[in-house]
This record gives sequence, C-alpha cells and structure tokens, in this order.
Amino acid sequence: MYSIVKRRQLAESIVLLEVQAPAVAKKAKPGEFVIVRQKEDSERIPLTIMDFNPEKGTITIVIQEVGYSSALITRMQEGDAFLDFVGPLGQPTEIEKYGTVLCVGGGVGIAPVHPIARGLKEAGNKVISILGARSKDLLILEEEMRAVSDEVVITTDDGSYGIKGFVTHGIQAVLDRGEKVDAIWAIGPIVMMKSVANFTKPLGIKTIVSMNPIMVDGTGMCGACRLDVGGETKFACVDGPEFDGHKVNFDLAMKRAAFFRNEEALVYNNFKCQCAKEGK
Amino acid sequence: MASKAPRHEMPCQDAVARAKNFNEVALGYPQEIAVEEAKRCIQCKKPKCVEGCPVGVEIPQFIKQIAEGNFLEAAQVIKRKNSLPAICGRVCPQETQCEAQCILGVKGEPVAIGRLERFAADYEMAHGTTKFTKPAPTGKKVAIIGAGPAGLTCAAELAREGHAVTVFEALHVAGGVLMYGIPEFRLPKAIVQKEINSLKDMGVEILVNQVVGKVTSVHELLENGYDAVFIGTGAGLPYFMNIPGENLNGVYSANEFLTRSNLMKAYNFPQYATPIKVGEQVAVLGGGNVAMDAARTALRLGAKDVYIVYRRSMKEMPARVEEVHHAQEEGIQFKILTNPIRINGDENGNVKSMTCLKYELGEPDASGRRRPIPIEGSEFDLPVQTVVVAIGQGPNPLVTTTTEGLALKKSGNILVDEKTLATSIPGVYAGGDIVTGAATVILAMGAGKTAAASINEYLKTK
Ligand SMILES: Cc1cc2nc3c(=O)[nH]c(=O)nc-3n(C[C@H](O)[C@H](O)[C@H](O)COP(=O)(O)OP(=O)(O)OC[C@H]3O[C@@H](n4cnc5c(N)ncnc54)[C@H](O)[C@@H]3O)c2cc1C
Ligand SMILES: Cc1cc2nc3c(=O)[nH]c(=O)nc-3n(C[C@H](O)[C@H](O)[C@H](O)COP(=O)(O)OP(=O)(O)OC[C@H]3O[C@@H](n4cnc5c(N)ncnc54)[C@H](O)[C@@H]3O)c2cc1C
Ligand code: SF4
Ligand code: SF4
Ligand code: FES
Repeated sequence: MYSIVKRRQLAESIVLLEVQAPAVAKKAKPGEFVIVRQKEDSERIPLTIMDFNPEKGTITIVIQEVGYSSALITRMQEGDAFLDFVGPLGQPTEIEKYGTVLCVGGGVGIAPVHPIARGLKEAGNKVISILGARSKDLLILEEEMRAVSDEVVITTDDGSYGIKGFVTHGIQAVLDRGEKVDAIWAIGPIVMMKSVANFTKPLGIKTIVSMNPIMVDGTGMCGACRLDVGGETKFACVDGPEFDGHKVNFDLAMKRAAFFRNEEALVYNNFKCQCAKEGK
Repeated sequence: MASKAPRHEMPCQDAVARAKNFNEVALGYPQEIAVEEAKRCIQCKKPKCVEGCPVGVEIPQFIKQIAEGNFLEAAQVIKRKNSLPAICGRVCPQETQCEAQCILGVKGEPVAIGRLERFAADYEMAHGTTKFTKPAPTGKKVAIIGAGPAGLTCAAELAREGHAVTVFEALHVAGGVLMYGIPEFRLPKAIVQKEINSLKDMGVEILVNQVVGKVTSVHELLENGYDAVFIGTGAGLPYFMNIPGENLNGVYSANEFLTRSNLMKAYNFPQYATPIKVGEQVAVLGGGNVAMDAARTALRLGAKDVYIVYRRSMKEMPARVEEVHHAQEEGIQFKILTNPIRINGDENGNVKSMTCLKYELGEPDASGRRRPIPIEGSEFDLPVQTVVVAIGQGPNPLVTTTTEGLALKKSGNILVDEKTLATSIPGVYAGGDIVTGAATVILAMGAGKTAAASINEYLKTK
C-alpha cells in the first residue's frame, strides 16, 4: 500500500511523487491535504494534494526537502512505499464562478495551486496564474500550470526568467494593464502570503491563503496547528488550511513555525552526517 | 481472621529514579503477595464490590481462584465480563468503583481488587495460551469507527458472535487514548498492543489511517455492505482557556503534549524525529488524570519545577487518588485555588510567565462542589516557559457533522437510547466518550459491550 508509482525530480531538492492510495484518490478535492509518515521514527508531515486520479487510484504530491522527514521522502524511489498516508484532510477550496481569478504560487507552493487553478478554470473562471521562484531553475510545474490557466505570468527574484521581482510585482503588472480581478489564491512561504495579503487588502480584493502550520494528527485532536484568524483561534487542519488572507495573523504563524527550529536542525544535521558517512 | 490483615502495598519504582524514566511506575504484585491479598477477601455471599464495577466482573470468584493459586483460571473468570483486564487493572478508578463498595472498606481497607485483576491479567499474558475458537460466520458485517476502548470492546464482542468486524481508526495505531494519551509509565504500550493483537487473532480487521467523515462516511459504510455501524470516536477535541497568550510558543494542549510524547515517542527524541520541548518551569492547568499525566511527563522530560494549577482544592480534584499520590511523591507542586488569567510572552513569542489569581471556596455550585471565587488583589506572576492546558476535551465533530440525520445533544455529543445505545439512525449505535463526554476506560468498554449486544439483536432482525 501507498507505494510510489512515479517519481520526477522537478528542481534541486523538489520531487513529485505519484502514490498509490485509491481510497484517498476517490475522495480528494482541490485544497485538501494528506499526512504521511515515511517510517517508524519519522514525523507525521502534512503535504498538499497536487493532483488526484480516481481511476488509477493515485495521489500526486510535490515535496521540498527542508528537514529530516522531508529529506527521507525526497530520497524515496519508485516502488518504495510510505508507512502511513492519511487523507484527504482539511476543507476543500470553495470553487465557484468568481469571474477573473489570480492563482499565485511561490516556490513549492505552485504545486497546491495547480488543482485549485484547474478547478476554478473548470468552473468557468478566467484564470491568470502568477508563478514565483528564486531563479529559473527552481521554477516548477510551468507546463502543468499553463495547461490549466488562461495566462501565466512568471516572476523570479534574480530576473533569470519572466519579471524580475516577487509575485506581488506580477500581481501589480496584471492590475496595471486594467484587468479586473475578483479573487486571488496565494500559496507559498508565509512571508509571500503575508505580502500578497498586505498588497491586496487596501485594494479590497478577496484573497485566500493556504496556511501550513506545524501539525501532528491533522484531525482536530491536538491543536498544534492553531492560528489566529480575525482574533479567533482556528485549527488549520480542520477549519482550513485555506483562510481569508486579510484576517490571518501571519506574524504569530511565523513565530509558531520557528518553535522547534533547534530540534529540527539537530535531527536534520544528524541525518546529513550519517548520509555523508555512508557516502550517499 | 484473614480479613484483619492490612491491604498489601504494590511495589513501585523509587520516586526519585522513576521521575527520570518512562518505565512503568507500579510494578505489580509478586505471586505470594497476590495470594495473601486475595485471602483477605471474605467471599461475600452478596458481593457489594460487583455492584461498583460498571461491567460486573465476578470479583469474589476470580479472587478465590487467585487465593487458590489458579492464576490462569482467575484471568478466565475476569475475561467473562472484561476483555481488557491488564488495562483496567492499571487505570480503573477502583477507589470510586469496585473497591469503594468492598465490605472490608467499612471498617478497614478494601481488598485491592484492581491490583489483583492486574496480577491475574499479567500472569495470563506471560504464561497463558488462551485459544480462541472462531465461531461459525454469520455473514453479517459491522463497521466500528474509532479503535479506543469502546470500539475495541464492541469489536471483540461482535467477533465472538461470528460477525465480520472492521474497525476504522483515524490515527496510525489502534488503541485511542490508551495509545496516544495515557503515558507509558502508567500503561505500557506493549500491553495495549498485546490486547489488540488478540483481537486480530479473533479475526477483527483493523484499518488504520482512516478518517471517517473524510475518506468515507457512516452512510457510505451502510450503503457499502455493512449491516450496522458503531461510533466510538471519543472526546478528542481539546478545550483551551480562552485567555490572552494561549497561542504563544510553549503553550500545548494536553492532547498535543501527550500525543507527541506517547504516540510519536518524542521522549526518545532524537531517535524519533518528533520533537517536544519543556522549559525548566512548567505549569499544567487542570486537576484530572490528564493533568497528572501531563505533569509527570513534563518532569520526566527534564523540567525542574512542575506545577499543577487548579482552581479548586485537593478535595475536588477529579484525578485518581493514586495518581495524585504518585505525582506528589515525584515532586509535582500543587498550586491549588489558583487560576491563570493571562499567559505572558517574550519578544519572540515564547512563554515567559503566567499571571494568576488566588481563589477561595464559596457555596456549592450545580456540580455539588464548592464554587471557587477569586480573591481580589491576589494577582501574581508565576515564571514558566511551558504551559499545558488540560481542562477537558469535547466531541470531535468530524463524524457527527458529516452524518446526516444523526441526532446530537446540545454539547455536540451523540444522542442515544440509554438502554440500547441506538442513535437516531437505524443500525447505527454509539458509545464511550463521544456519547458521555470524557469519562473512563471501563465505562467506554461497558458501552462497547452494551452496543454489541444491541447490534447482535438488531442483526437478527435483518
Ligand atoms: C496543510 C499543509 C500542506 C503542506 N503542503 C506541502 C507540500 O505540498 N509540499 C511541501 O514540500 N511541503 C508542504 N507542507 C510543509 C511540510 O509539511 C513541511 O515542510 C514538513 O513537515 C517539514 O518536515 P521536515 O522534518 O522535513 O522539516 P523540519 O526540520 O521538521 O522543519 C523544517 C521547516 O518545516 C516546518 N515544519 C516542521 N514540521 C512541520 C509540520 N508537521 N507541518 C508543517 N510544517 C512543519 C518548520 O516550521 C520548519 O520551518 C505543508 C504543510 C501543511 C501544514
Ligand atoms: C491523558 C488521559 C488519561 C486518562 N486516564 C484515565 C485513567 O487513568 N483511567 C480511566 O478510566 N480513564 C482515563 N482516561 C479517560 C479514558 O481514556 C477515556 O474515557 C476512554 O479512552 C474513552 O474511550 P473511547 O473508546 O470512547 O474513546 P477514545 O479512547 O478517545 O478512542 C477514540 C478513537 O477514535 C478515533 N477516532 C476519532 N475520530 C475518528 C474518525 N473520524 N474516524 C476514525 N477514527 C476516529 C480516535 O483516533 C481514537 O483512537 C484518560 C484520558 C486521557 C486523555
Ligand atoms: S473492571 Fe475496573 S471497576 Fe471492574 S473490577 Fe476491574 S478494576 Fe474494578
Ligand atoms: S466486597 Fe470485598 S470482601 Fe466482599 S467479595 Fe467483594 S472484594 Fe471480597
Ligand atoms: S494538527 Fe492536531 S489539531 Fe490540527
């Protein structure tokens, strides 16, 4: 169960995995996520569903190596299997006909934007996708995003491809040419989502972000994933992960994400030393 | 007369040593002591103790077997009523149940029924070879949602009748609170695992990683060939105090704290990758078993000062007496008649202290306990870096809100017929904490059993 049927390296340290999980695939909807555990001593880590194929019974995820548990997963090969693969979890995206929508993805955040853009397009929206990366070689899923968007705008921090700058520059460019935008989805690092939300707030454009706090169970049992949304405590795993970006307290979310930084660094460094010793 | 002999203490790990490890605290009776303790029972004709046991274990009968040295037989007698004796012998609040009713308790100390139950169960686990003869299959299928004590007991009872039973569990292991909540030092996980394995030997299928309400639903199960469904999803939703500062770093719900440590084995960090962090000073809010478990876990994880902060007095504390006693022995500090009003953080958003008020007890309230009233001007700061909130849990809405036609109480718990545990949907039964709110292992087991009997009757009509 939960074995990998396809693996594709998308960029350095970013991998796409298509995983056999028929029950999850049958129910998955855009915006939802899974929680996986690679082996007995790994953490349970949440990953957004990038694609789902009910006929084949597979779920596609895209994962970036940022620490120990994600490093184990990016090293998995076709035929390898996850120990646990739970889902679908969270509230699905509210797919409706809004008019013109921007789907903004930063870094590995482009992956979760993909099914949302597709869903919004199928619902009859004009979908303009804005994809941001640090540089051209770190940009992922460009082709897939083109297939589900009416238009794709690319931004890179170093200007190696598309507009030089951040995704907010891409949004600015679209607005500047007079496009009337009805809603925005923005998924990526917290700083990116915060700056998009700050940018759109004075413009009054509905902005949905997908939060990725630390999680344990993903079923509303532990409260590790709590966020402050408009002064109320919400559990991202059951109330989200998508929230109104104008209401999320991003600064609190950033502080909470840093709580275990030293411990995370310790296990990751141990792992890298071990790999170096074994010459991997 | 044998009954004049004092109750036998159970050997425990030394308090200083055990406060630094996760091994079981209470070590169990050696054989000779178990026999001696069993001989204290005067074998009442009308045993009051049995009335105190929610599942009606045949107490004098099993104790007699121990007194006569027939330990395996003793275990068999218990198992006629209680399929998880090694667990109940450890975690039942015996002092308010069976032992509270024991006739010897009137003038002296009651028979140590729980310790004897544990002894017999452990003996059987170590020496027994209970064979389970599979009954003829009935061809009926039952789905059980949640693998806590309620669900597991219901599954065992139904399997015994020959029904095909599948348990759907959200987490990656079965056991419910027994696995993720109650710590290793109080209930070794190997024991829970053995009980679960014996269920599997009975032919019960346990599917982990299945969140009902998401991957499937109650109505889908009924449509997909299950003849009946039992819901035993527990009380897994953590309550917070709703005071300022509760989202600071270092504030955990007891569920998160205990799940990290027990289920994810964070006490073995970094061998296990899930981290847990405790400061030198830790405050645990609440006075129940959950609070005691969190406090004693914090101590074992290296905290220097661990405070139980509770707004009533020691007398009102809902935790088992033995747990409070063990906590005190280990050096947990009790700050009673105290309640926090605010948690204070530093510039990085980490907890640095908690502002509390002192209380005094007034008139009894609706629960019959004297109501705590804040003392004016008693505000003080308690320096802590970790706060664990253990003030109770509610029903998780994942199943209840996705099941059309399922009647709920105002609290969000499932409404059932008290006799049969039938819900408002034909063929769907519920029991355990999801019905009663957070209660006890044995009550959840009792509910699982009652529901199994009802389901069995119901299936005869199908
Ligand atoms: C709903 C949701 C969807 C996500 N989708 C994706 C995805 O599609 N692709 C992807 O690459 N990543 C995704 N993430 C983030 C991913 O879960 C983390 O990168 C991963 O848990 C890090 O584990 P680690 O052991 O490798 O790193 P660690 O060393 O544990 O941590 C490195 C960083 O990851 C963050 N982190 C640690 N543990 C968790 C956790 N349990 N949950 C969330 N963040 C954590 C930390 O704040 C830290 O900044 C998602 C997170 C959430 C909550
Ligand atoms: C820390 C702690 C200490 C305790 N100490 C004691 C003690 O000493 N003595 C005592 O008698 N009692 C004690 N209790 C209480 C006792 O553990 C509970 O009353 C008992 O476990 C309730 O059993 P249950 O089967 O109803 O629910 P649970 O044990 O909560 O099990 C419910 C199961 O259902 C699963 N589930 C939930 N939602 C879903 C879903 N949507 N789909 C699939 N599965 C789902 C959960 O993951 C869980 O495994 C303690 C509780 C805690 C938290
Ligand atoms: S199951 Fe619990 S209450 Fe019943 S006899 Fe055993 S210890 Fe006592
Ligand atoms: S009441 Fe006490 S003495 Fe009497 S049978 Fe029960 S355990 Fe034995
Ligand atoms: S991850 Fe535990 S409640 Fe959300």
